[in-house]
Amino acid sequence: MGKKLLIHNDKVPGIHTLEVYRQHGGYASVEKALKTMSPEAIVEEVKKSGLRGRGGAGFPTGMKWSFLAKPEGVARYLVCNADESEPGTFKDRYLMEKIPHALVEGMITSSFALGAKTSYIYIRGEYFYVARILEAAIAEAYAAGFLGKNILGTGYDLDLYVQVGAGAYICGEETALLESLEGKRGNPRIKPPFPAIAGLYGCPTVVNNVETIAAVVPIINMGGEEYAKIGIGRSTGTKLISASGHINKPGVYEIELGLPVEEFIYSDEYCGGIWKNKKMKACIPGGSSVPILPTELLLKTAAGEPRLMSYESLSDGGFATGSMLGSGGFIVFDEDTNIAENLYTFTRFYHHESCGQCSPCREGTGWMEKIAHRIVHGHGKASDIDLLWDIQKRIEGNTICPLGDAAAWPVASAIRHFRAEFEAMIPKTELAH
Amino acid sequence: MAKVTIDGQTVEVPDGTTILQAARMIGGDVAPPTMCYHSKLKTSGGYCRTCIVKVSKGSDKDPRPMPKLVASCRTTVMDGMEVQNNTSPEVVDARKGVVEFLLINHPLDCPVCDQAGECHLQDLGYKNGGEGTRFDFERRTFERKDIGDKIQLHMNRCILCYRCVKTADQICDGRVHGVMNRGDVSEISTYIEKAIDNDFSGNMIDVCPVGALTDKTFRFKSRVWFTKPMDAHRDCKKCSGKVTLWEKGDEVLRVTGRKDQWGEVEEWICNDCRFDHKKITDWVIEGPRKIDHKSVISQNHYMKLAQPHYKKLDK
Ligand SMILES: Cc1cc2nc3c(=O)[nH]c(=O)nc-3n(C[C@H](O)[C@H](O)[C@H](O)COP(=O)(O)O)c2cc1C
Ligand code: SF4
Ligand code: SF4
Ligand code: SF4
Ligand code: FES
Repeated sequence: MGKKLLIHNDKVPGIHTLEVYRQHGGYASVEKALKTMSPEAIVEEVKKSGLRGRGGAGFPTGMKWSFLAKPEGVARYLVCNADESEPGTFKDRYLMEKIPHALVEGMITSSFALGAKTSYIYIRGEYFYVARILEAAIAEAYAAGFLGKNILGTGYDLDLYVQVGAGAYICGEETALLESLEGKRGNPRIKPPFPAIAGLYGCPTVVNNVETIAAVVPIINMGGEEYAKIGIGRSTGTKLISASGHINKPGVYEIELGLPVEEFIYSDEYCGGIWKNKKMKACIPGGSSVPILPTELLLKTAAGEPRLMSYESLSDGGFATGSMLGSGGFIVFDEDTNIAENLYTFTRFYHHESCGQCSPCREGTGWMEKIAHRIVHGHGKASDIDLLWDIQKRIEGNTICPLGDAAAWPVASAIRHFRAEFEAMIPKTELAH
Repeated sequence: MAKVTIDGQTVEVPDGTTILQAARMIGGDVAPPTMCYHSKLKTSGGYCRTCIVKVSKGSDKDPRPMPKLVASCRTTVMDGMEVQNNTSPEVVDARKGVVEFLLINHPLDCPVCDQAGECHLQDLGYKNGGEGTRFDFERRTFERKDIGDKIQLHMNRCILCYRCVKTADQICDGRVHGVMNRGDVSEISTYIEKAIDNDFSGNMIDVCPVGALTDKTFRFKSRVWFTKPMDAHRDCKKCSGKVTLWEKGDEVLRVTGRKDQWGEVEEWICNDCRFDHKKITDWVIEGPRKIDHKSVISQNHYMKLAQPHYKKLDK
């Protein structure tokens, strides 16, 4: 059994209430942090822990926090990114739904560390019922003196709000999220300036993923150094994985980083193997945006090393033979899956979700969907596969925000590893030309 | 001050200058093409991606190259920075890609488009695009819309450069919102109609780099290259009164703001000057407007193409 720090109590009856959560050690990090530590010391612990952002990019959290500008007399904000819209990713929902106080506790401790007096949880529109759960938890925390004025008599004030979005994937991009939170159209901002300098309402802001903020709780409780002992190399701690697709036991699993991929898929503690006694064909290990890998490259790196569930190991080999840990949306495909059809679904998604600000993404995503649609419906042209390749290449790296890359990578990797499947769908008459 | 080298040419510029502005100071072909940047509009630029360049050296302090191509209109120079525009095959190819993206859904109905001849997209495609198109699907279409009684919106031709949105935002009052929907069905919104009661709404026509926003009072009156641009002014209480008149014979067919060599308006003009003063006698004529040589409406072209025709008409 691997160590669990985030959802170890998920099956405890009533854990969503403050009372039961407290009985299981809840809010200890708030007591410790606010009463015995300085904000700088908390940032230091988070740095020592080696925690990396769980929203997808894996940026070191302690470093991000230390970049936060602190001009005199200007408010600072902590914003929790609970937009969770990446296809294949549903771990934040699980955490918030089952143990809402874990996020509230993390928000209080983190806000204190950053000197924020007002903090927000921005949650996707489709999670409205989860927002209600969070609001109930926040109300309990106010009543118990963990939020509001003079928290636990320490003189620290914090207000925490839940803001429900309208259900746009792009509002998970941190600057689009801030625009949306300000009540504007959710268009990503052109950077610089970065949120650490000018974020919400132009004030210095940290945006962190739900799981990142929840991980601050065990880090403060056990100390950064202890936390850093869990995991492997620069991939410290535990990670929530949303496992879906053709496996026996889809669900949310907390793993210690460094767990072999093979064990994660086949052990009964986790995915329990491929369903219906079939073989695995491919897997997208980190949410729809990261490259798909065929089984051979998923289980072993190109150099023949066993692949591990860690930031470094999953990206070993670059995009040619590797992928990314991303948000931990682990999607498994069995041998009967048509990769081209799956790709068509993704191209539809990115086309639908593009905000439309910049030309390559606005126009390119729609074009890729049209071509993928034509291929899977048997009307593809011989030149279509190369054309798809060319379009994604011209989107990648040339857009305002990473959604352009997110739309390009699945196309590139599907063609890179499964070109023959696309070719098989092009009519023979076409190929003869 | 910061020293920056673009395509091998070095200039010294004040701190905070963008790569694009520095390149324009050098001038000529070194200046990347632009569609969405407009010098008189705050926060413009960054959207179209035609001005992308390669930063091969970040600065003297940190010589690392930038990992991706950057929008030159939104990237500030650093001392010792080295930039490649036309000298980078990567930039030339990526830009060709951007032009293709801008054109895949574009109607290219230039023969019936009032913008033809002064259209930035025509210039861009001609200079930086590829031949033909690889897009063989039906193009996206929208209904034509009136934005008040003087401006027409052909959304089909819009490249979503956000210039009109920023104009409405920054120089007109009463604007509600600029863009509806998202992705490739985004539309310049009808809410923008609320900006029409405003004295300065006509400037949205001038900032539109394509034929999406056109002057209804000029509609189908003439091809641009058959009109003669003349600088003129009048005493105006609302604006500077400095305009360009587009004349045909003794008639003023259209009044616009004066545009600089990059096609960007120099000073905003009010709707009174633009729509309600169309007699030559309303104006003090200063002389012919210089138009950049690359444009079809330049003096040269005008002399060569249009003058004989005019002589006949003028008699
Ligand atoms: C299109 C797009 C969608 C994103 N969606 C999410 C999301 O739903 N949740 C999230 O935490 N981060 C998302 N991100 C990443 C955020 O921009 C940001 O990096 C993250 O919230 C930072 O938190 P972290 O450092 O704790 O990971 C998205 C990024 C992009 C480009
Ligand atoms: S890359 Fe796509 S989603 Fe991001 S700003 Fe550009 S159009 Fe919008
Ligand atoms: S906007 Fe420009 S390219 Fe488009 S139809 Fe008009 S003149 Fe032609
Ligand atoms: S209508 Fe014209 S100015 Fe407005 S966004 Fe479209 S192209 Fe730009
Ligand atoms: S002009 Fe720079 S991005 Fe459009």
